[in-house]
Amino acid sequence: MFKEAEIRTFIEGTTNYFETSAQQSATVGSPYLVTDGKPGAYEYTGVIGITGARKGIVYFTAPRGMLTVLLMRMQETDTSDENIKDLVGEVANTISGNARRDFGKNFNISVPVIIAHDLEKVKTPYARSFVIPINWRTHSAKLVVCLE
Amino acid sequence: MDSAVVRKATLKLMIVDDSNIIRRRIERSQQIARLEVVGAASNGRAAVEMFRRTQPDVVTMDLTMPEMDGIECVSELVAINSDVLILVVSALADKATAVEAIEKGANGFLCKPFTDRQLNDALEELLSEA
Repeated sequence: MFKEAEIRTFIEGTTNYFETSAQQSATVGSPYLVTDGKPGAYEYTGVIGITGARKGIVYFTAPRGMLTVLLMRMQETDTSDENIKDLVGEVANTISGNARRDFGKNFNISVPVIIAHDLEKVKTPYARSFVIPINWRTHSAKLVVCLE
Repeated sequence: MDSAVVRKATLKLMIVDDSNIIRRRIERSQQIARLEVVGAASNGRAAVEMFRRTQPDVVTMDLTMPEMDGIECVSELVAINSDVLILVVSALADKATAVEAIEKGANGFLCKPFTDRQLNDALEELLSEA
């Protein structure tokens, strides 16, 4: 069973990412539980596989507009599709990796798998997921945490 | 640590990270006048090959990478040249991982995400403490 404190770890990781990388705060909405195995996705998704003490996936999903502005905030001038995919994976990787501060070394994270332009391919291994809505500037994104 | 590396006028820097954005970011943001970027690699295996070829004095090292991860790569680089200065730059924020990297031969640890200032402070500290 996922605990409230564990959700807080991912919320803090998300807000810290935007504050530090973009130097502009993101607003995190109230996390909600999805039980039908369809937490939803935007145009670009970075999926991190979790093994060890916990099993499942964590993914960060966002529209191109948000990722383009985020790249520009990071002083990156190359906003090609390759860099957009790289960024969505790096955000997912960073938030998941930071979670080891609380979850410990046995919270093993994979390299990111990127899914772009095909929302149907974004699948969760379990029916229950926590969705953390993220609002940054005028854009919306999600962090989805699906752990057994 | 042999301070011969630190006494050099110009130090060669190699950047290792599977993210192109992070490789470019480190190259763009580092403002240590003595550091000259000689190469960038996207995984541990490519880093070892580049390390032999370019003989850098300083390396920034990601940990979660395909083919060969950063911890194994640190061990390989230190086995080739024990004087190399390695700053691990990783999202893995648990203390045990940082300790393991240091035990394998890394000299510093910077947690992602980072600001330009944090990167430069970490590099300065790496050079001053060596």
